[in-house]
Amino acid sequence: MDLSVSIGSLRLSNPLIAASGCFGYGVEYAGAVNLSSLGGVAVKGLFLAEREGHPPPRIVETPSGMLNAIGLQGIGVHRFIAEKLPELRRLGAVVIVNICGTTLDEYVELARILSDAEGVAALELNISCPNIKEGGITFGCSLTGTHSVVSAVRKVTRLPVIPKLTPNVTDVASFARAAEEAGADAVSLVNTFLAMAIDVETRRPRLSNIVGGLSGPAIRPIAVRMVYECRQAVRLPIIGMGGIATATDVLEFLIAGATAVQVGTANFVDPLLWGKLLDGLSAYLTRHGIDRIADLTGTLDTTKREHAWISS
Amino acid sequence: MLFDIDAAVIENRRLSEHYSVLVLDAPAIAAAARPGQFVMLKPTHSTDPLLRRPFSVFEVIRDDEQTPVAISVLNKRTGVGTSLLYEAEPGATIGCLGPLGRPFEPVAPPAEAWMVAGGVGLAPFVTLATRLQELGTPTTLFYGARTAGELYYVDLFDRLGVHTVLSTEDGTRGTSGRVTAPLADALSALGGDSTIKLYVCGPTPMMRAVAGLAADHRRACDVSLEQVMGCGMGGCYSCVVLTRDPGQSPHFVRSCLDGPVFDSRRIVWEALTH
Repeated sequence: MDLSVSIGSLRLSNPLIAASGCFGYGVEYAGAVNLSSLGGVAVKGLFLAEREGHPPPRIVETPSGMLNAIGLQGIGVHRFIAEKLPELRRLGAVVIVNICGTTLDEYVELARILSDAEGVAALELNISCPNIKEGGITFGCSLTGTHSVVSAVRKVTRLPVIPKLTPNVTDVASFARAAEEAGADAVSLVNTFLAMAIDVETRRPRLSNIVGGLSGPAIRPIAVRMVYECRQAVRLPIIGMGGIATATDVLEFLIAGATAVQVGTANFVDPLLWGKLLDGLSAYLTRHGIDRIADLTGTLDTTKREHAWISS
Repeated sequence: MLFDIDAAVIENRRLSEHYSVLVLDAPAIAAAARPGQFVMLKPTHSTDPLLRRPFSVFEVIRDDEQTPVAISVLNKRTGVGTSLLYEAEPGATIGCLGPLGRPFEPVAPPAEAWMVAGGVGLAPFVTLATRLQELGTPTTLFYGARTAGELYYVDLFDRLGVHTVLSTEDGTRGTSGRVTAPLADALSALGGDSTIKLYVCGPTPMMRAVAGLAADHRRACDVSLEQVMGCGMGGCYSCVVLTRDPGQSPHFVRSCLDGPVFDSRRIVWEALTH
């Protein structure tokens, strides 16, 4: 049985990737999880400089989901390369570095720096964080912005370039198309849905940032639909995510058109879920007589069913 | 070593309408936990509420051969998750992940340990007192609550050889008023040659006041903070606390990894929101 998948030139031993922003820098989990057993680890979004992020409260729970407004607290690319990357290499992790810029030049500079570092497998372009005002999302919410940031990064790196798309647009598939035309190797989707929650007793927002991003099982059906729409629109590999917590959820995304998936919020609840997901995927392939998990991608059957009582 | 156990509820001692002590069948965590560490509990198998909740390990329960067999947590019902835990009946299973976090560093004689607890902030002090007793460290517990009925497990500390100083806001037991008043008196009465260390857990205003007293009297002081926490593992960056370290501007650190126990001098108290 073959669980491996390919994202452009990048070969992953299985389709499970730890989602950026939900797995620290990966090293936090090294005591609990064999990082080399994951398809990949997408580390917390990095700017050139260190960032403090938003004051607490940074998260709040909602039914079957959570809102976050962390504000991309981070150690910056230089400390990441010096302090985290060697450890990730030693642990055998396939490292996907999520990069964030306030300007086009910052994305380009980050891509240059990381292309020269040993042990980076791919770049994920964060053009979709809903929680910071400057940069990022302004590229991700404009087709020309998406095109320009992807093509600018494309010119300076040989690493696979994977823009992470926001669902907070009318037609996410057009953004996947813009990314494809600009030379992306894959797209990942979806980032969180812009949302808010209010304490009615105090009439105050539950997050210090007032609004935040909704993740968790609550968003999964919308994310599956968006992956399906992008599958119709582009030939690029798609990395699907949004509320995945079980092997069945993973399979749903693969059948809708994803080549690989990222798991985020569920890792907060169950940091040891990776083995269970892999076991579930293997059991499914065995049960359905499928040798390669890659063969499942985009196999959604939408042919009309003849009902027995009509045909008889 | 981290363990994720579907722990059976052995017992749920309802102390009052709001407080209960939930005893969980989690021997591996009981054996590994150090004073001040916490567990992340999943109060339901459904996705609502979705996340786990952090709890100090309250007691490590041992069998007749002194083998650790279970842990308990001190739970105060304040929301959906804590209500589910308050209502949990024996036989139910609760997801229990731990032990997590930076523990207390217990002082050894000739130093003395002064523990300061407010309300549910009593939680980390049974395990700490047990360890201090093993070390032979003279230990005092300053323990405050709103009313006499909410001062729990005082006899347990008596049995551990801990000197207890009690206070209630309504004056129904011990001194009347806040726990900081008898603590301030005791700090003022100390000789300059005595070495004591303060360990504090309770409401933020109380911890801030005790940290101030400790600074005034130049005494070492560790606080155990309770922040809203998403994962307990360092993954989500939600439980951050603003800290001030020498030579650096104030910065956010994760209380699940850097804490929950902090040197009180590091905390930028005016930035703590609750």
